[in-house]
Amino acid sequence: MPIWRASTKNIGEIENKEMDQKVEASARHLYGLIHARYILTNRGLHKMLEKFRKGEFGRCPRHYCYQQPLLPVGLTDEPGVSAVKMYCCRCEDVYNPRSVRLHSIDGAYFGTSFPHMLFQVYPSYKPDQSHQPYYQPKIFGFRVHEIAELQRWREEVRDKQRERIKNVLQELED
Amino acid sequence: MSNSRDYRDITKGVGDLMQYQDDEFSAQYLDRAEELDWSDYEQFCDDNDDDDDEDDDNDNEGDDIDTGSEEISWISWFCSLNGHEYFCEVPEDFIEDEFNLTGISQMVHNYNEAIDRILDIEDDYHMWDEAKRSMVDQAAEVVYGLIHARYIVTRNGLNDMAEKFENCEFGICPRTGCKNSLVVPCGVSDVLGVDSVKLYCPNCIDVYTPPNRRLDYVDSAFFGTTFPHLFFLTFPDYLPPRNMRIYKPKIFGFNISEVSAMGRRMQWLRLLPDDDRDGNSDSDAHND
Repeated sequence: MPIWRASTKNIGEIENKEMDQKVEASARHLYGLIHARYILTNRGLHKMLEKFRKGEFGRCPRHYCYQQPLLPVGLTDEPGVSAVKMYCCRCEDVYNPRSVRLHSIDGAYFGTSFPHMLFQVYPSYKPDQSHQPYYQPKIFGFRVHEIAELQRWREEVRDKQRERIKNVLQELED
Repeated sequence: MSNSRDYRDITKGVGDLMQYQDDEFSAQYLDRAEELDWSDYEQFCDDNDDDDDEDDDNDNEGDDIDTGSEEISWISWFCSLNGHEYFCEVPEDFIEDEFNLTGISQMVHNYNEAIDRILDIEDDYHMWDEAKRSMVDQAAEVVYGLIHARYIVTRNGLNDMAEKFENCEFGICPRTGCKNSLVVPCGVSDVLGVDSVKLYCPNCIDVYTPPNRRLDYVDSAFFGTTFPHLFFLTFPDYLPPRNMRIYKPKIFGFNISEVSAMGRRMQWLRLLPDDDRDGNSDSDAHND
């Protein structure tokens, strides 16, 4: 916005229409940036939570997320870098939004912290992740070898992580 | 033929054809979004109920070879319907060989009439009443789907689907970290009536529901669980270069501990053995 003000001084005489357009664009930008901060406050989180519960942000496209409602997130807090993405709390991944209209909304208007802040404040809305099925590629009923190996390795990683977390929590209790 | 093709050659056209562009925020992009807006929106307005499919059948009755004005076969008509973009046209000699159709007759009622309908063999179709006609039409759809599932795992079927794949007709992976990997239709079951068709991404090895809601009416058994994997085994050049970018959740720039209640529990789903424990790549938009 400061850049806009400086440029108008340099340009000199400008027709009113152009000024209005620029004001409009700046207003939108400003609103977006304020929005990014507002949704991290208590009231903002509450309003977004209502939308989340109704599923207004769409559903996760991943089949094994079973239509988990999504949350908007930005990949960066800098405006003008990338568009808004959708975060799924079940698979902890980000997706491109389906609607074309959302491709023109900047990610910085939501910020990188929003979904995580929401679950920090409302932890009960995080779905149960103790049993997570995943897709197993098969050819005529037989599992594909390389992928099956990779998935076995991934299960090991997951089990190790569970052990680690269990140990740390136990230590904290003692 | 596809051996010498680089994966990048195929994805050159993806940015133009597909809608998941990101990394650009400019006024011209805004215009394009508004331009595409309503046609996209209408697609989602139309999802009333199951009658949708019936309506389509009735609207296009006039295009049948029976009327003679437009010589279009049932198969071509079926594959050109809205929501049937993933189907490829099964050649008639494949259907005429009864060995290929083993077992399908037990799965569907009105099997013989359905086959006749598919092969455009004029029988008593015009003499039947509405109820019987719609039953036979539905049966024809199911039979064609099941034949299709068998056809696409044959050599010719794989080649036909390869053509569609190269034209990016199946879309791209919705996951941001996959960076426009091309996807392939996949079934989660080989049995009728379980679920609808999904899309398989070879990069993240996961299945996604297609963005077009009309595809909810296409059964998984019409593609089968085998097809995508056989497809990439046959055409290994179509496998995207491995780029696994894992999303790192942060609050105000600080990483979240895995021990906390909202820490990362699903990192293992995308991890690869060559990465570091935490995944060596960010999902930053700053990359490339």
